[in-house]
Amino acid sequence: MSFRVVKAVLYVLYGAFFLVPLFALVEFSTRGLGLSAPRTLQYWREIFDHPELTHAIVVSLELAVITSVATLLLLVPTMVWVRLRAKPLARLVEFLCLLPLTIPAIVIVVGLAPVYAWVTYLSPGALKGSALVLVFVYVVLVLPFAYRAIDAGLSAIDVATLAEAARSLGAGWTTVMFRVIAPNIRSALLNAALLSVALTLGEFTVASLLNYVNLQVAVNQLAQANAGVSVAVAAALLLFTFLLLLVLSIFGGRGRPSSRGTARKGRTA
Amino acid sequence: MSTLPVATTAAGPVGSEHDGEVRGGRSGWSGRRPSPAWLGVVPFLAYVGVFLLLPTTIVVIGAFGDVDNRPTLENLRALSQDYVVRAFVNSVVVSATSAVLGAVLGALLAYLVVTGRPDGAVRRTVTSASGVLAQFGGVTLAFAFIVTLGNQGLVTLLLEDNGVGVDSAWLYRVPGLVLVYTYFQIPLMVLVFLPALDGIRPQWREAATNLGGTTWDYWRHVGVPILTPPFLGATLLLFANAFSAYATGAALITQGGIIVPLQIRTALTSEVVLGQENVGKALALGMVVVVTVVMTLYALLQRRTARWLR
Repeated sequence: MSFRVVKAVLYVLYGAFFLVPLFALVEFSTRGLGLSAPRTLQYWREIFDHPELTHAIVVSLELAVITSVATLLLLVPTMVWVRLRAKPLARLVEFLCLLPLTIPAIVIVVGLAPVYAWVTYLSPGALKGSALVLVFVYVVLVLPFAYRAIDAGLSAIDVATLAEAARSLGAGWTTVMFRVIAPNIRSALLNAALLSVALTLGEFTVASLLNYVNLQVAVNQLAQANAGVSVAVAAALLLFTFLLLLVLSIFGGRGRPSSRGTARKGRTA
Repeated sequence: MSTLPVATTAAGPVGSEHDGEVRGGRSGWSGRRPSPAWLGVVPFLAYVGVFLLLPTTIVVIGAFGDVDNRPTLENLRALSQDYVVRAFVNSVVVSATSAVLGAVLGALLAYLVVTGRPDGAVRRTVTSASGVLAQFGGVTLAFAFIVTLGNQGLVTLLLEDNGVGVDSAWLYRVPGLVLVYTYFQIPLMVLVFLPALDGIRPQWREAATNLGGTTWDYWRHVGVPILTPPFLGATLLLFANAFSAYATGAALITQGGIIVPLQIRTALTSEVVLGQENVGKALALGMVVVVTVVMTLYALLQRRTARWLR
């Protein structure tokens, strides 16, 4: 009995620690003048009155979409190929994919400046100076998470047999990839894409240090001038990300019921 | 956003059951199509080479070069300056404290969860919330704590209304960083440690009881020894996680270089001292060395863990 009481008290304490700061975000963004003043949605309404902010929102959404598509296009064919034809390279690919977890983003940024000087130099006129070039490094940053998601998906199906069957029926590699493998791992692809979106929308380190303005950078800059609005954006973004990741945890938790590998792999995902 | 591997058990390459048959069936094919197998991996390797390995190499080489790329140890000497040493000490203190706090509190939370119903709503809530909150960091997290405990923060104002004056300056120093980092360390610990607790078999407890052991004996001779390697491993992971975090600290502390990542920010953005750029590389190299050592120890402990818990 007493253990249950202790347990309940502890859960409440943990809950308070995690929920109070989140609640405070919402509280602050709806605050009038002083704690006792009536609540107002003024700051939330003002979000779209700041052109630099709306621009940054658009940029970050574009980055999120392009990053997740590019990641899938780079990773899925490589991982399928490795499983089918280049087994000895599997370890290398895994190592490289998980490497960004060990090398802090801030370290990558330090070495990235010269690389990005070339990227800017080589990119076509319209893209010069655009924050969209961040895609190149964002793909690297999301690699570990996308890799794990896709790896779980591919382990759950028999890639070799599927590919052989399709090939022997005359399918080309593009057909195998897009019409045979991809539909079979669609929940894994969705996982990987959602994770990429969530990470891209939250990215601050690389953008701010390479002097590009994405959503997080804009929010952080705005905090100096108008704390209320920037906290409102932060709260909105938080809600959006939570929703995204909750969708993901619902999908990620299930996986494909038919597979043996998923349950074991689900842990690490 | 800073996140490190939530690799709970050393999951080897998956799908290995198929290895044999695949290679057997494949040999006929490769005769028809003579393209070398590694050719398909070239785009990936090229990409990772340019955007991951090249920057890292530039950091390592740059740390040993001066402005004109002549080899020098000058940058490394800069690492022994007072303010740099202080930043490294602060970084280690922040990371170690938040790792230990996160590990203890996270392990306790995981224990609470494990003693509950395995399919209960509590467990599902805690694990999904942990999955979300462990990823949660950066500007938003810093804001959340500023509007909670800062000068105009909710808790600060509530305390003031009740006659308790609080000076919130501590939030922007080492103790503040520790508190804010703990916010994402606890959930990460839950994610990493829960599988270890799940791996404890009830039979071990029963065996201990059958042999006349008390609860204390069980924990003293079975539970704690088995859980020590995963606990230490998770603590190291948390340390590396905090050590490489940048965004949260940068949004919380807008000026100065209290910890190494913020010191790197100063080195990258300061226009006062020319040639600081390569000092930034030396700082980055220092971070890589620390994180690599910690992650190697982590990998070793993982291997030790796998002996009992799989």
